[in-house]
Amino acid sequence: MRRYFLKKISIYLLTFWVAVTIDWGIPRLMPGNPLQVFLLKFRAQPDAAKYLQAYFYKAFGFNEPLWKQYLYYWDGIFHWNLGVSMFYYPTPVATVIGQHIFYTMGLLVPAIICAYFVGNRLGAMAARRKVLDNSILPASYLISGTPYQWFAMLLAFFLGALWHLLPESNAFAFGTTPVWTWTFIGNFLEHWILPFLSLFFIMLGGWAIGMRNLIIYELESDYAHWLQMLGSPARLVRRYAYRNAVLPQLTGLALALGTFVAGQIVTEIVFNYQGVGLLFFNAITNSDIFLMQGAFLLVIIGVLVANFVIDIVYVLVDPRTRVSMMGAEG
Amino acid sequence: MTDADAPAEGMRPASGTAPAGSDPPPVLAHGTAPDPDGMAAQPGAATEAVAPVSSPLPGAPKRRRHEFLYFAVRNKKLLVGISVVGFFVLVAIFGPWLTSYAPLATGNTGWHPPSGRHWLGTTYFDEDVFSQVVYGIRASFEVGVLGGCFSVLLGMLVGFTAGYRGGWMDEILNLVTNVVIVIPLFAMLLIIGGYLHQLSLLWEAALIGMFSWPWAARAIRAQTFTLKNREFVGLARLSGESSSKIIWREIAPNMSSYLMLTFILLFGGAILTASFIDFVGLGPQGVVTLGTMMNNAFFWDALDLHIWWWFLPPGAIITCIVGGLYLTNAGLDEVFNPKLRSL
Repeated sequence: MRRYFLKKISIYLLTFWVAVTIDWGIPRLMPGNPLQVFLLKFRAQPDAAKYLQAYFYKAFGFNEPLWKQYLYYWDGIFHWNLGVSMFYYPTPVATVIGQHIFYTMGLLVPAIICAYFVGNRLGAMAARRKVLDNSILPASYLISGTPYQWFAMLLAFFLGALWHLLPESNAFAFGTTPVWTWTFIGNFLEHWILPFLSLFFIMLGGWAIGMRNLIIYELESDYAHWLQMLGSPARLVRRYAYRNAVLPQLTGLALALGTFVAGQIVTEIVFNYQGVGLLFFNAITNSDIFLMQGAFLLVIIGVLVANFVIDIVYVLVDPRTRVSMMGAEG
Repeated sequence: MTDADAPAEGMRPASGTAPAGSDPPPVLAHGTAPDPDGMAAQPGAATEAVAPVSSPLPGAPKRRRHEFLYFAVRNKKLLVGISVVGFFVLVAIFGPWLTSYAPLATGNTGWHPPSGRHWLGTTYFDEDVFSQVVYGIRASFEVGVLGGCFSVLLGMLVGFTAGYRGGWMDEILNLVTNVVIVIPLFAMLLIIGGYLHQLSLLWEAALIGMFSWPWAARAIRAQTFTLKNREFVGLARLSGESSSKIIWREIAPNMSSYLMLTFILLFGGAILTASFIDFVGLGPQGVVTLGTMMNNAFFWDALDLHIWWWFLPPGAIITCIVGGLYLTNAGLDEVFNPKLRSL
């Protein structure tokens, strides 16, 4: 057990190091100076541009040797000092991200969990049942080929712009302030439904397909045949098959996180939902370098933490890993 | 990673996700069974497809091909998938002759709903949506094929080397794979694109390929492991063939069907990922892609102006193409894998 987690953690730490290095290195590797693009916006105010240039050169430490710049960067990360956002000047990047992360989590976590369970159920139902298989499976293939942003636009257009059933943008109505009152919570939920539905629905397809195939595979295995020969009811056999199939699906969840990040970002853009994805997007369109770096870092940390949580859940769910890890392999 | 970390990273060759675009994508094989050893190849399709092609019997390979064909024309998934993808390939090739408008030629009269003159209407700038769609499909296929090729080649390079060489080479390549697989592709592309401000079509494909190979590498590595201990590989080694020759002549051909399935998944994934990048506005400039169409439609308020014909077709087409590719993949899997044929 310890060895398993040590190995996992060391890989995650290594990944973190690589990601931070990329985050640090990319602006320095890119052709041209990323600062110049940003400073172009201040052409009209030469004083401001000059001040900003001096500030950012210092902040980036461009006049220091590279290794020093690198160490400064790490120092900043450990102190959660990610620089100052240019777009939201003078708010520090860490604060800006902190203001947005709640909205992303509030959308992403329920969407992933709901899609995982519902999708798996659908897939399990479809396996080896002709009518369901012929309806759920093709639908799932189409769904997993659907671009998130397109489905989000469909929902926003039909349910929002055309029929005015639900608000089509923002996380809460313009003019309200986020406070813990029932009116605000109601307002927030109203704005939450469409982006949630859009994410949930697209995520569904992959799970259904995966589970359907796994169940078929499980139903072909010896224990399933054995149970059938003993005359066990089909429902029981399926239940065993399902429990076995859940494990590889959990591994799939870890691997799918990356695509969910993409889905989350474009969905937030479509619904103008003020989460980290929209922040990332705004940072890019405004060449807000520090904010970009911060958002990227946050995405990486989020994915790493989620991976680790899944590892733990996997061990908790699968008795065999526990045995094999504590037993023979030690 | 022969021991401890195997269970959780187990073998979800293709079902494990994916070339970014798709969610836990259409499962390649049923090779997703929990695999406590982590070493054995996927039980399903893979092992089946791996039966040596270079059979000693003279007539054998031919009969095998007939057998595939027999099942191929009877597989509904494959037929539907191939016809959908094939249809759009034809549109991409012959479409430009069907439209009399340049994709970016603007009129001056604002947007128009679909009509006889403009089959799919015109955009906010009075550009013909149909001709944009036609050129967009072209761009999508280009990005998909290039991106798919890049990542399959990288995956093969890493997978074959790690699987065949083993030892410390395997350890290192595995480490790299494990690291790259965790970093979300899209975040990576966003940050690179954010500094470059836009990506050309080729760069877009190259970057997609550069970060979407890991799961392919993992699956190919596992396959190579099982193949390298077969007699015919041993024989080739005895006869003094070089490693690269053994990989290309003996190992790769015996998993060609598997490689093809992997490519199809990566192909579809690359199209989806490119559509995300284009939607965010980091896609190629001066070229119409389905993703940039959605970007333009969205940011020029097609939703509130009710110009539904602007954003509906590009997304629907991507859905059909990628869904069709995944369906083709599933169909081919059943054709190559006798275990699944009983369905």
